[in-house]
Amino acid sequence: MSNEFLEFRGVSKRFGPIQAVDGVSLGIKKGEFFSLLGPSGCGKTTMLRLAAGFEAPDDGRVFLDSRDITGLPPDKRKVNTIFQSYALFPHLTVRDNIGFGLTIARRPRADIRAEVDRMLELIRMTDQAGKKPDQLSGGQKQRVAVARALVNKPDVLLLDEPLAALDLKLRQKMLVELDLIHDEVGITFLYVTHDQAEAMSLSDRIAVMSGGRIEQIGAPAEIYESPRTSFVAAFIGDTNFLEGRVGECLDRDYCRLDIAGLPGILCFNDKVLQPGQPIYLSIRPEKVHISHDRPEENAHRNVLAGAVEDVIYLGANTKYWVRAGGYRIQVLRQHDRYFLDEKPLRWKDPCWVWWHADDGFMLDHFRKADEGLLAVPPQSVGEPINGK
Amino acid sequence: MKRRTEWLTSLPTLVWLSLFVVIPTLLVFAIAFRPATPYGGVGSGWTLETVRSLATPSYLAIAWRTLWMSLLTTALCLVLALPAGYTIARAAARWRNRLLMLVIIPFWTSFLVRVFAWKSLLHPEGPVKRALEALGLVGPGATLLYHPATVVLVMVYTFLPFTILPIYAAAEKFDFRLVEAARDLGARPFQSFRKVFLPGIRRGVVTAVLVVFIPALGSYIIPDLVGGPSGEMLGNKIAQRVFSDRNLPHASALSAVLVLAVLAPLIGVLALQKKGRKSDIVIGEAP
Repeated sequence: MSNEFLEFRGVSKRFGPIQAVDGVSLGIKKGEFFSLLGPSGCGKTTMLRLAAGFEAPDDGRVFLDSRDITGLPPDKRKVNTIFQSYALFPHLTVRDNIGFGLTIARRPRADIRAEVDRMLELIRMTDQAGKKPDQLSGGQKQRVAVARALVNKPDVLLLDEPLAALDLKLRQKMLVELDLIHDEVGITFLYVTHDQAEAMSLSDRIAVMSGGRIEQIGAPAEIYESPRTSFVAAFIGDTNFLEGRVGECLDRDYCRLDIAGLPGILCFNDKVLQPGQPIYLSIRPEKVHISHDRPEENAHRNVLAGAVEDVIYLGANTKYWVRAGGYRIQVLRQHDRYFLDEKPLRWKDPCWVWWHADDGFMLDHFRKADEGLLAVPPQSVGEPINGK
Repeated sequence: MKRRTEWLTSLPTLVWLSLFVVIPTLLVFAIAFRPATPYGGVGSGWTLETVRSLATPSYLAIAWRTLWMSLLTTALCLVLALPAGYTIARAAARWRNRLLMLVIIPFWTSFLVRVFAWKSLLHPEGPVKRALEALGLVGPGATLLYHPATVVLVMVYTFLPFTILPIYAAAEKFDFRLVEAARDLGARPFQSFRKVFLPGIRRGVVTAVLVVFIPALGSYIIPDLVGGPSGEMLGNKIAQRVFSDRNLPHASALSAVLVLAVLAPLIGVLALQKKGRKSDIVIGEAP
């Protein structure tokens, strides 16, 4: 018996020529804040609609609390949805919107009143109870939608990009509020979003989706620090990709890579690869250091000589693109000291970049197209790379 | 300045409506209080005699029949048009226009011809009667024509497109995600239809009711052709007073009753809509 609370087993869904969800298996634990993260069209909303019962899978089963709910209509499932458009009933007041589920369930009037009052208090809208949805602001509508779902005490709350329609300031406020609500009610949340910051800040675990499949499941830090595919590495945060082959294995932990145009790169060999195997490496820009002068040698340090190609000053940090061998290496330098006292690195300055061998992460899968997800694709600026 | 422009732009409409609607209606009301002349004209002087003579049991029976037949027609039209409008609005775009076409096609044939077609369909020697007889559902002596139910049937047939179109127009603008939201909150399909879809398209329903009920009250050709004496409506009586009795004041009095009967629900609906608009006002919107 699995201890998963909401579980998808080999679920597939096709819409005409588009395979929206492709054989996904996924388990969500009770009380967990779980996010499905991916670009539009990756199948995350379809997953949510399969959980809600708005769509039936072509293949596979959906379980809730060890019960097969695949064939149940939405009204027979103990899950509630917060829609991206909120879908508040325009002809009902805030109070009647929140009480809708309870009224349908034929709860006694006094109960409904008390429960709705409690919810109004939770979302701090007691004084707005008599208003109609079109008299509310975006943030207020959002809170009513949350209350309307939560009042039914669902087993799982499904949230379909609930913050997408709000402006940035309000989104950050609601983010904190959603987190508090999750802590308070202790219901399992399945949160669908394309915004990595939302997913990272709220979730216990994240499933990154692309093309109807799950690329990786893990805690936010795991996903960020050890991306398994080029898609995850490029979609979440920024990264550098290096392509090469395993040269020699030094000991049980480290190996040296042959990368065209670069000296032997030392890398943590967590996949226990053999010499000659092709490998793709992902290195986060903030893990790469940069300076005018050659850094001290260190057994686990990869040091490259290069030239600055682009500089973007961002206040708290600066982004550099450094030409080294055939690569444009992106470097993110945090300003932990007074920046104006430093001798700045300028365009075309020769420089040194280095990173610790443990910070280059070997990818299981690499797709050339995923480079397009990077903030600035590696070869879009400056002169073309010459050959290999 | 703005008011004056508004007045000027609505002036042609006002003149047109006054000349061809308001003044004739007032004339009808006035003639109702004039005495009739033996040669079918309108005499001088004023009398309440005609209006009083309307309060006879035979008229009350016909007025009552007119009312319930119109109400029944409206109700049946709604029952048929709601699922039809819903289905058309939810159909895939390429099917939507074809379905709408099917609704509109009957208009290509003259209304009179279509009513006559019903007459021959339901004729004692007609195909419907024969089929029902063959199935043993009706006896050989039964008549399908000349019955109040026949009138209601043909009226429903005639008015159905006028009911479907406004309901479709409202349903097409309706946000069906609301139905999903209702289902998500535990509503069964019919509950979400009644509690969310119907309120969402209420404007379309109100329009449909007006567009069916008012013409149904004034029906004349349908009961005249397929109704027979037991299916007569107020419109037939008015025609008889004009053409057979040549009693214009009597016909006018009946018409006045009909006009009042039509105005009453119209004013009621307008009042309701005004009330509805008031509660829809958005806070912060310019007055």
